[in-house]
Amino acid sequence: MRRALLLAAALVASTSPLTAQTLAITNGTLVLGDGSDPIVGGTVVVRNGRIVAAGDRARVPANAEIIDASGKWVTPGIVAGFSRLGLAEVDLGADGSDDTETGNSPFSAAIDVAPAINPKASTIAVSRADGVTRAVVAPVAGKSIFAGQGAVIDTGDDMDAVLRSRVFQFVELGEGGADKAGGSRSAAFVLFRNALREAEQLSRRVGPLTVGGEQPDAREGPIVRNPNESRLYSSDAGRAEDVLLTRFDAAALVPVLRGQQLLLVHVERAKDILNILGLKREFPKLKIALVGVTEGWTVADRIADSGAWVIASALNDLPASFEMLAATQSNIGRMKAAGVKVAIGMIDDNDTRNLRNQRQYAGNLVALRKVPGAAGVSWGEAFAMISSQPAEAVGLGGEIGSLASGRRGDVVIWSGDPLELSSAPETVWIDGVRQPLENHQTKLRDRYRSLERETLPEAYRK
Amino acid sequence: MRHQGGYGRLAAAFALAGLSSCAMVQETPEPTPGSVKINEDPYPSTYQRYPGALTYIHGATILDGEGGRIDNGSIILADGKVQAVGGPELAAPAGAFSIDAHARFVTPGIIDVHSHLGDYPSPGVASLSDGNEATSPARPEVWAEHSVWPQDPGFSRALANGGITTLQILPGSANLFGGRSVVLKNVPARTVQGMKFPGAPYGLKMACGENPKRVYGSKNQMPQTRMGNIAYVRQTWARAQEYRRKWHKYEVAGGEIPVRDLAMDTLRGVLDGKILVHNHCYRADEMAIMIDVAKEFGYKISTFHHAVESYKIADLLRENGICSAMWADWYGFKMESYDAINENIAFVHNAGACAIVHSDDPNGIQRLNQEAAKAMASGRRAGIDISEATAWTWLSSNPAKALGIFDKTGSLKAGKMADVVLWNGNPFSAYTRPDKVWIDGTLMYDAANPRLRPVSDFELGQPGEGDVK
Repeated sequence: MRRALLLAAALVASTSPLTAQTLAITNGTLVLGDGSDPIVGGTVVVRNGRIVAAGDRARVPANAEIIDASGKWVTPGIVAGFSRLGLAEVDLGADGSDDTETGNSPFSAAIDVAPAINPKASTIAVSRADGVTRAVVAPVAGKSIFAGQGAVIDTGDDMDAVLRSRVFQFVELGEGGADKAGGSRSAAFVLFRNALREAEQLSRRVGPLTVGGEQPDAREGPIVRNPNESRLYSSDAGRAEDVLLTRFDAAALVPVLRGQQLLLVHVERAKDILNILGLKREFPKLKIALVGVTEGWTVADRIADSGAWVIASALNDLPASFEMLAATQSNIGRMKAAGVKVAIGMIDDNDTRNLRNQRQYAGNLVALRKVPGAAGVSWGEAFAMISSQPAEAVGLGGEIGSLASGRRGDVVIWSGDPLELSSAPETVWIDGVRQPLENHQTKLRDRYRSLERETLPEAYRK
Repeated sequence: MRHQGGYGRLAAAFALAGLSSCAMVQETPEPTPGSVKINEDPYPSTYQRYPGALTYIHGATILDGEGGRIDNGSIILADGKVQAVGGPELAAPAGAFSIDAHARFVTPGIIDVHSHLGDYPSPGVASLSDGNEATSPARPEVWAEHSVWPQDPGFSRALANGGITTLQILPGSANLFGGRSVVLKNVPARTVQGMKFPGAPYGLKMACGENPKRVYGSKNQMPQTRMGNIAYVRQTWARAQEYRRKWHKYEVAGGEIPVRDLAMDTLRGVLDGKILVHNHCYRADEMAIMIDVAKEFGYKISTFHHAVESYKIADLLRENGICSAMWADWYGFKMESYDAINENIAFVHNAGACAIVHSDDPNGIQRLNQEAAKAMASGRRAGIDISEATAWTWLSSNPAKALGIFDKTGSLKAGKMADVVLWNGNPFSAYTRPDKVWIDGTLMYDAANPRLRPVSDFELGQPGEGDVK
């Protein structure tokens, strides 16, 4: 048994660096990830790292490597809708391995998670082995309500994890934000308004910015490619005396103020949600998405009217704090029914590591459809909430999260229904590259599969 | 000021009570051997089952919790007890409330051997957080039941979503000796005594590893290291042995009544085999050391909790008859959980040792059946053949054995407590939920009946009162 496992591992290792120019996965139960129902006997074609076709009528090119997925399920890779993946190897008591804490930094909004993401973190390998191919990665708020700028990453076995950095600014504006701001929500809102005022002062002195892949109009002036390294900081960009933010932090909020960078806001309580939606009146260009949103169902119509995306915790049903008194697992189902655009995220829920549990959470939302009085979602909707919907929420739906033509070639073949507890990935591609699925955990499994004493200690079993 | 006056009067009342009991002791004549006995059950259970109907469930897939499976099975519940379990030949008793359970599963209620409901309740505010008496590494004198808030809304979620019928509430793991646990029936009551599982033995929470050394090391107190942990534990057991000898001598030969020490009472209970040891311990090497500590001082470990490395020493755990309470897939949240693997539960089971799925979490407790499903699937992928019926032993009979209540509950056998869950599908599926839950034969939850959905006092008048959860 052990020998067979080792042999299998060796085979995968030898094939992993190869990128098939054209790959066709046929005969599986095909899930597009866009909310539609699974297609029995569908085909997906990947060429040069991108999806070129998927569906029941996708043509298999003559030169394609064909993989028969009969009896299997084929889906886009799972997208972790809110995570801290790659920022910490171990959360507690492993000095130096945890880059989530910024409490002693003099900076806030200017912080960019990208350099802290370790593509070789075991948490990334473990997530990859369970079919998580992409993740929205947010910083953790330190001293300020502004946590800094988050990235979208892939979990591929290479050194280039970051698909796009500075995709969003993350801010705490519920209980957590109140605490950071000095003790009350009122204080947090004053701090927020002041920060945007300071950004506004800087903004007057610079022309177009490019962040998160947007292409601004060069006719408006010289394009600033990176607000963190721009002339915003030069000595001629004067600032008023009465500032609270560092120059870097204020500059980092300029693209937020201009609506060029998404503002991801963590709120749970219904009234906090309404307060955030109300900010649009004051700052009309803000592009807001909400995270957490445990009490969202009680104000679902108003969230829907705002058009804001919600990246919600799926299974919160306890009044874990005084901002979650209305918690119920029907939250997402009720918001969806009211027309809210919803994805699943795992904020403050083992979000450095347990992203693989998102598919279990999604399956649980399907289960609610059988519970009288509860609001669940369809299978297709549930899967979309962990694939295309989080990608859409952060503005990357055109790149990842579904098997639509042109998307990145992130494909997973599963042993069965991916929302079921018994299923597991069998093959994972990211950007069309087949990925190794071994990791610290699988190697420990193989080492200790037998406890029989052998001719040498366990440390010699590799 | 009014409050101060109030407290003053209360204090005076306590002082009076103290005086009168003192006076009684003084009037007691020279004791004969063993005439003063320590009351081992000063906070007795007042739990009483509620009236339940004669119930007949038929057509179900029954997993009996001991590894047995009956397709098209029938079960009869009456007078709080399982009356009979069988196939389609088992006829409906006259007058029974009859349930056709085709395509549904019946199992024993799930028993969570590791919960902090009530001592770390929702909402998780400081005023209600009563799980760790982190003022000394050895606090065996504290009892979890004196912290449990019966109005924790988490109990109802564990019932309705998790099918939890019995649970052990433990003190936290800041201390080497955390205190006594309490086993509860998951039936709401005004007092903790009203929830206490009648006749369940007490447990003692112990902890290895990172937590005690971090909590006290950071205060520059012992223990600051793992060797400090073990030294402190051994010294404490040595004291307990001495205390036990003193009382034993007094009980046999009389003489001066030994000074009462509540901490030592608990440890003496362990040495006498009356209190079961539940030892928080992650790493294989540390579990092996704790096994030797237990042998050195003459006690037995019931269960290692959070035992993420049990798979490395499953043979040792089998030989010593120690259960492992485990998660399906938690890992990496601290250094001592770094070597967690998804096959842990299956490997422990496969080695012939006792495997238990536990939660330690107010959310996880709502999905222990799903955690067992993940563990079973991981085991099967590693080539271990585990049936659903066998996997259910991790959720009911094994935890019942670890808690010393298997003679009363934990499997569907005639004469046992009718702690039963009817699931609306296969409970190893993510798409399945409890349909009905009985505790001692009383229907405590019914998905189809909003009136059979407990609501804690805390939730009355709140936005989520009485909602589906």
